[in-house]
Amino acid sequence: MDILVEFSPVLVKGTWTTIILTLGGSAVALTMAFITGLTRLSRRLYLRAVATIYLEIFRGTSALVQLFWIFFVLPFLGVTLEPMTAGIMAIGLNMGSYGSEVVRGAVLSVDRGQREACAALNYTRFQTMRYVILPQAIPVMLPTFGNQGIELLKLTSVVSLITISDLTFSAQLVRTASGLTLEPFMAILIIYFILSSCIVQFVKLLEKRMAKGRGLPAGKGAV
Amino acid sequence: MNDNTMISFENASKSYGALQVLRNLNFHVDPGEKISLIGPSGSGKTTILRILMTLESLTSGYVLVDGQQLWHEEKQGQLVPASEKHLQNVRADIGMVFQHFNLFPHLSVLKNVTEPQRISRGVAAPEAKEAAVELLEMVGLGDKLDHYPGQLSGGQKQRVAIARALALKPRIMLFDEPTSALDPELVSEVLNVMRKLAHETDMTMLLVTHEMSFAREFSDRVIFFDKGVIVEQGAPEQIFQNPCEERTRNFLHKFIA
Ligand SMILES: Nc1ncnc2c1ncn2[C@@H]1O[C@H](COP(=O)(O)OP(=O)(O)OP(=O)(O)O)[C@@H](O)[C@H]1O
Ligand SMILES: [Mg+2]
Repeated sequence: MDILVEFSPVLVKGTWTTIILTLGGSAVALTMAFITGLTRLSRRLYLRAVATIYLEIFRGTSALVQLFWIFFVLPFLGVTLEPMTAGIMAIGLNMGSYGSEVVRGAVLSVDRGQREACAALNYTRFQTMRYVILPQAIPVMLPTFGNQGIELLKLTSVVSLITISDLTFSAQLVRTASGLTLEPFMAILIIYFILSSCIVQFVKLLEKRMAKGRGLPAGKGAV
Repeated sequence: MNDNTMISFENASKSYGALQVLRNLNFHVDPGEKISLIGPSGSGKTTILRILMTLESLTSGYVLVDGQQLWHEEKQGQLVPASEKHLQNVRADIGMVFQHFNLFPHLSVLKNVTEPQRISRGVAAPEAKEAAVELLEMVGLGDKLDHYPGQLSGGQKQRVAIARALALKPRIMLFDEPTSALDPELVSEVLNVMRKLAHETDMTMLLVTHEMSFAREFSDRVIFFDKGVIVEQGAPEQIFQNPCEERTRNFLHKFIA
């Protein structure tokens, strides 16, 4: 245990790196999920096509391959990114492709009558989305986003392959330097578990806040 | 067509693929007129309202609202299909009450009535609230302002929906079977509100209904449809007591039996 204390700064630094990757990756993923999910519902064919190509490419290839492309291949095309930036982009773009399907599905799940009511109240398409569809679709997305947040956290360990010392990699460092195996891996097991519990609690909190004051859950009969 | 017409359908047709739902329909509605559309299921009554509300496009022909083309606009002397913007301009005068209410479940009763005023008319918050409270009291729901739609009965929901539509001060109101999704004991509270509107306002109203006795007292004119054409129209007394057409008689018989 003493040895572990001695090496704890390495683990703390690794934890911090993993948290940054998770937060940054989630921000990119959410942005891409909303842009892509909504664009795929656009009336314009070329917009839908662009969004669908992104979705299929990033969903159809592994995050690791995407990471290598962003970090190793892009420089040949004149775009050189810091390792952290490359890591956040790869994780975010990869998870964003899955997220876009969640956004699209949730938007489509809102009753058609809601759009018709908006037309009858003379809302623009933007106002309909902003004030009526998204406020009802986002609570539908939340639980799935929670799960995807945990997936994203677990995915962050791929970045050790582009020289970043995240939590998983720091356990390897401790193991090599200390000769201990069980302790560092037990430590990161617990840390990952705490981090994912934080995500679960955060999403639960959001769900509660959104449900507050809405009366009975939507979707039960006509409203 | 005279200048004093609120709604005109001119040779209006509507098809869904091979199914022709409205056939060369011609009819006119005067300002302030209250009209009931009756007819068997599938005859195209809802479709007429949906075309007016711009929820469904027209296949051919013309629809005019207060002398303005609804589904067409003039560009360089030519009538071309209307843009989204044109549709928005014209439909600002029209409100609709749906069979299944379509209230916003994420908003309180009060917000259901204030938010549309703010969003589509730019009414300031205090005025919107004042108007909403007045309308909700008029429909007998002054004590339910902070409830959510999920906490209301069907009859209460429909009364909120009426208040919400009225808040935008439409000159034309469309009602598509406003009571047919309600339990029988809740029908009259909604009809009472509509009766009041019919008597106290000069709005033009189109009502699709299977409530024949209400259609009779509500309307200035009754139009009987079948298979996308007008079979017969006239004053309610004439249609209900002395229908000229065999088909009208047969249809009405089912309601007496
Ligand atoms: N979106 C659609 N696609 C295909 N067919 C449709 C669509 N909407 C309506 N129809 C058909 O058009 C016809 C007329 O429908 P409409 O809803 O106007 O009838 P209605 O007179 O209101 O009948 P009801 O009394 O049952 O409400 C029906 O045959 C219906 O099946
Ligand atoms: Mg109908």
